[in-house]
Amino acid sequence: MVLSGMKRRDLLTLIGTVAGSAVMYQAATSLGLAAETTYKGPIKLDGNPKGASILILGAGVAGLVAAIELRKAGYKVQVLEYREKAGGRSWSLRGGDTYTELGGFKQTVGFDQGLYVNPGPWRIPYHHRAVLDYCHRYGVALEPFNQVNYNAYLHSAKAYGGKPQRFREIQADYHGHVAELLAKLTGQKALDGTVSKEDQEKLLESLRAWGGLDKNYAYAASLESSNLRGYDKAPGGGMDGAPVPSTPASLSDVMQGGLWRYLGMGLHDEFQSTIFQPVGGMDQFPTALAREVKDLIRFNTKVTEIHQDDHGVTVTYTDTVKGGAPQTAKADWCLCTIPLSVLSQIKLNVGPKMANAISAVPYEAAAKVGLQFKRRFWEQDEAIYGGISFTDLPIAMIGYPNSGYGSPGKGVLLGTYVFGAYAMEYTALPPEERIKRALAYGAQIHPQYAKEFDNGVAVGWHRVPWTLGCHASWTEESRAAHYQDLCQVDGRIALAGEHASYITGWQEGAVLSSLDAISRLHKRVVAA
Amino acid sequence: MTVTKIRALKAAGLTALLTALYTIAGTLPHAAHAQASDASSAAFASPRHFGQKDGAALYQAICQGCHMPDAKGATGAGTYPALAANANLETAGYPVAMVLHGQRAMPAIGEFLDDDQVAAVVNYVRTHFGNHYTDAVTVADVKAAR
Repeated sequence: MVLSGMKRRDLLTLIGTVAGSAVMYQAATSLGLAAETTYKGPIKLDGNPKGASILILGAGVAGLVAAIELRKAGYKVQVLEYREKAGGRSWSLRGGDTYTELGGFKQTVGFDQGLYVNPGPWRIPYHHRAVLDYCHRYGVALEPFNQVNYNAYLHSAKAYGGKPQRFREIQADYHGHVAELLAKLTGQKALDGTVSKEDQEKLLESLRAWGGLDKNYAYAASLESSNLRGYDKAPGGGMDGAPVPSTPASLSDVMQGGLWRYLGMGLHDEFQSTIFQPVGGMDQFPTALAREVKDLIRFNTKVTEIHQDDHGVTVTYTDTVKGGAPQTAKADWCLCTIPLSVLSQIKLNVGPKMANAISAVPYEAAAKVGLQFKRRFWEQDEAIYGGISFTDLPIAMIGYPNSGYGSPGKGVLLGTYVFGAYAMEYTALPPEERIKRALAYGAQIHPQYAKEFDNGVAVGWHRVPWTLGCHASWTEESRAAHYQDLCQVDGRIALAGEHASYITGWQEGAVLSSLDAISRLHKRVVAA
Repeated sequence: MTVTKIRALKAAGLTALLTALYTIAGTLPHAAHAQASDASSAAFASPRHFGQKDGAALYQAICQGCHMPDAKGATGAGTYPALAANANLETAGYPVAMVLHGQRAMPAIGEFLDDDQVAAVVNYVRTHFGNHYTDAVTVADVKAAR
């Protein structure tokens, strides 16, 4: 779309003034400015459900959002939850918590008060507007999650002699050499056929600024390059205040070292600033939602069968604490947010399309290890405040706490966050062996590990009793074959959760899928 | 990496992105990390491929995560079936297909294993934990099932 004579934002302001914000939102979408989300603001379920009842299976983020909105819309709502508390995978482990994984391996978390690790989701991007809206509406305090920390490390056991490099050094050296090469090509007239003279001049100017090149367009030891990669001796005050530039690594060392592969993550739109975390742990988000509907949730409830007929839905369940004979709950409708890894094992009379879809989606393996240390040495010794160090060791990363900076007490790191083969290997180990692994690898980056380690907790997601896996693992092929069938309402049953979204593994996917599913269910109810 | 490929990865989410961090590089970190305190240097050999060769080691590195060290499975909200004394293992093609392609909670593991490894771990399970199926799976069987 081409707009001449009037800037797009001017036009939006004009539309907003005369037509109200809903029109403005649609206009913004059609102009490509607001397409970063499909969230349309607080859901409006217009029309009277006339006393209709609904059973919501699962009190994770998808189920909680549905419970809040459907009760508000006039439904009789019951929620059945397998766990002893709400939140599902939006989960934080704190000191005093016990966690027993499948196989009976039990861990008691020894973290100090106020310290935690999020075994599941740990960040909320600024464009996950549905999650953020619910955070704002229900009073969940947020703070910045430092996705990119220029002073954190990039590390490979096979590069730079195994010595961790600061993110800023690798980025400056990578940019600097690319800028120098492009400036050289420009000087050699290699761009003359494709780039105009005027544009080449601007290009050279920008390469110098972006790459930290000196006046000869060289990326070399200089104040310009040190301003980006850091100095051997930083500018100071008084007699001895003059800076000493640092010396960049050579182009070949930068390329062969391979650490440039870690520079891009924070550029990806899922991880761009601003990105948040709830103050005090990710579970503060579902806890705030659950507060609104706590009277509706039945905990410790294991669903064993879901049956629908012309009149309603009957769910059979057992009480995992009290035991006893199977019981039933009935309603007119059912929203099922149980992960497919579990749902695929539950007797359920839906049509073959939905049934095939439910069985067609395997679950990704993932593992995290939280490590408490006696002091925050990464801050005290290395000036790393929050953010992430990346490595090719089988811990993949070290996540530093994004709060409590400068605290004199203990601190908790995320000492491993892996997917794929490494995650399966972690999961197959007893928890204490996972922690030993995380320590042995991490000590190659932070030698303080050996002396300062206090205690840890380790989660392999395929052993988490309430999900049997981390998140739905779709492929292009399985989406083409099954996604629509999974999301379609089948009789009186609709499914929701991150698995019924294109944002798998993120809470935003769970919320958007839930809002979409209850909107479609509600249309049926008021039309009936 | 093509734009289409990046879009596909984005659609697949975080996991794919993390995988992409390795694959964009073209060279995959493959060397065993001998520095780790590790009885078997085959463990944690690569993010994309298991290093273990024999069936018992592969079982301990992968299968026991869900099916448990005694192969008796486990139950929470759902169940991991016991592989011990499991009649479904009689037809060798079944466990081969499960390992290669996954199903329900079980991820596809074929992409992380070569044909020898798949045959080794299937043969191990089919001859241990109270299973006594002597018709060994061959590498050719695995290749044909991919």
